[in-house]
Amino acid sequence: MSMILTSLRLAVITVLVCVPGYTALILGFAQLATPHTANGSLLTSADGEAVVGSHLLAQAFTQPRYFWPRPSAVGYHAAGAGGSNKSPTSTDVTDRAQQLVAAYGATSDQPLPADLAAASGSGLDPHVTERAALYQAARVAAARGRPRAEIERIVRGLAFAPGGFFAGERIVNVLELNRALER
Amino acid sequence: MDAILLITIVVGGTAVLSWPLGRYLRWAMDPLSLAGPAGRFDRLFRAFGGRLCAAQQDWKQYCSALLVFNVVMFTLAFGILGLQQWLPLNPDGKGALEGSLIFHTAASFTSNTNLQHYSGEVHMSYLSQLGALMWPQFVSAATGIAALTAMARGLPGRAQMGNFFVDLQRATFLVLLPLAALVALLMVLGGMPMTLQGAAKVMTLEGVEQIIARGPVAAFVAIKQLGTNGGGFFGPNSAHPLENPSFFTNVVSTVSILLIPMASVWMFGRIVGHLRHATVLFAVMLLLLLVKIGAAVVAESAPTPAFAGLPIAQDTGNLEGKELRFGAAAGPLWAVATTCTSNGSVNCMHDSLNPLTGLVPMVGMWLNATFGGVGVGMINMFLYVVLAVFVAGMMVGRTPEYLNRRIEMREVKLAVLAMFAHALFVLGGTALFAATAWGQGTLNNPGAHGFSEILYEFSSASANNGSGFEGLGDNTVPWNVATGLVMLLARYLPILLPLAIAGSLARKRASSASAGTLGVDTITFGGMLLATIVFLGALTFFPAAALGPVAEHLQFPK
Repeated sequence: MSMILTSLRLAVITVLVCVPGYTALILGFAQLATPHTANGSLLTSADGEAVVGSHLLAQAFTQPRYFWPRPSAVGYHAAGAGGSNKSPTSTDVTDRAQQLVAAYGATSDQPLPADLAAASGSGLDPHVTERAALYQAARVAAARGRPRAEIERIVRGLAFAPGGFFAGERIVNVLELNRALER
Repeated sequence: MDAILLITIVVGGTAVLSWPLGRYLRWAMDPLSLAGPAGRFDRLFRAFGGRLCAAQQDWKQYCSALLVFNVVMFTLAFGILGLQQWLPLNPDGKGALEGSLIFHTAASFTSNTNLQHYSGEVHMSYLSQLGALMWPQFVSAATGIAALTAMARGLPGRAQMGNFFVDLQRATFLVLLPLAALVALLMVLGGMPMTLQGAAKVMTLEGVEQIIARGPVAAFVAIKQLGTNGGGFFGPNSAHPLENPSFFTNVVSTVSILLIPMASVWMFGRIVGHLRHATVLFAVMLLLLLVKIGAAVVAESAPTPAFAGLPIAQDTGNLEGKELRFGAAAGPLWAVATTCTSNGSVNCMHDSLNPLTGLVPMVGMWLNATFGGVGVGMINMFLYVVLAVFVAGMMVGRTPEYLNRRIEMREVKLAVLAMFAHALFVLGGTALFAATAWGQGTLNNPGAHGFSEILYEFSSASANNGSGFEGLGDNTVPWNVATGLVMLLARYLPILLPLAIAGSLARKRASSASAGTLGVDTITFGGMLLATIVFLGALTFFPAAALGPVAEHLQFPK
């Protein structure tokens, strides 16, 4: 009996310190030091009126004039994220890849970069590889009536190696890239 | 090349950090002297806990206190989850949870497992996330550290193993809380959200509405990683960009996963007073960890079999279920780290790993002692040590001794019972669900991979891991009840039985070491221990591995 009372006492104390106490500390620091990212890295439109997305999250792009993100198993649903959870041996993965190969018009001379065929873990991966973006540059340039070299320059300017030397494949944020096209 | 360097720096750097942390853990959990700050904390904790904190406890009293506190933890978590629709801090109006899911989730977070049959951003209010899930992430981890401390006190002969209520507070307030605050601040600086505002509604560039779930993520993620909890704030766990925004946060997370499990070994060595023995244990664990990481990285660099014959450039390895910002080696490295420790958070979808890569996390959970969960990983390793000492003693025809105390029938029986329980839960559960509609009706992949989904789920529940082949449709009453019970039994049996062994050893008279004593601080003993772990694991689990991941691998021609 007395063990139950002691446990209850300690439950109350640890809850108070670890939930309101600890949370308030981190919350206060985050809202003061990094308010933009602390609230989800939301981006506003050029006129500053509307919120157009989060810098950290992929959103659907289907029009030829935009760069397209990686496939999402959840339709870019940012309130219920998830991967396909399909085995890499699955025929479902093959079927999806065939559709994407057709959509991008990939051929054996110009094979599709794998990240454009493989669904991301969260369904919200905001990046594609630099080569996956360059792969789409001709389509975007044609749809916008702009020289391909100019589009490729924008891609190269925004691409970065996420881990410097430790993760060499350069990637680019798709929403950032598409916003740069609009400017 | 960059992968090898990254792995060396992350694993090696964490191993280096674990040494000073091990010293600190010893100071915090079992101070040699109560002069200075250690004494002030001690008086404070005794005042918090009241009368019962004054007395020393033998192993039975210690276990009773541990169980009673854990029942209270379960009840409180259950209550908050059950009432969340009426409680505050629910800006997105999350509704009621189904009964068996509440039981499963409360069992999961109390047992330090964090197996999730719900999706955080879909089902949980902020109060549930913080009160019913984050609070147990602190105190269930503290329970594990306390249990290891008590066992380590008992082995050199202290039949009075300390006081659970004091140890719990030491682990919570002196170890987990300061480390979590530090890691949470790093996560905030790395771009992780930390807000109590509800979901944001945005209009995308193409004019489609997107609802963006967010919340107090950074605080949650820090203790999720440090306490080998692993339960994600969002459904896809640390693959979600808001739960792991960058390469930097991914590295901090990986270090946090391994840090306290590694330091637990040094704390154990210091409390039992045999650092050289701890060094041998640490070396065996590190070796197993590195072998598994190597195997996973190599297996995962193979291209996606489903893309064979299609015009797809596949020099990047398997990208299904992975995020690009972490780099190529980060997925398999994390998959191994999170399953060797009993963490269970993921930064890629394990269901979509190449078949042989998917086997490696399962091996981690089957052995469950290559650093293992905070505190309890070292306790599991102790069970292997008891068996290794016993077998070695039999082989050379001497009475087996451990730290100058004789290992006899009673100790070996208890150790085998704990090992057997793990095998029974994994294989028995898998057999039951693979043979019935309970399992067959919930698969996301056909054939051998479907069997792997069931096998993984029970391995994860019994190892108190929490990761999953998440395609499995596991939010059903049979899954919730079965894995809920397995998690609870597989949590408390491997804490109570080793404490019983320690209690039994503590009562024995110490013999003095002689030339005939088997040394537990030699390379020979390390080899003996390694062989015990590998053979026991292989004999127990190889048939199941052959039916799942190995069969799937062999189905696909190169």
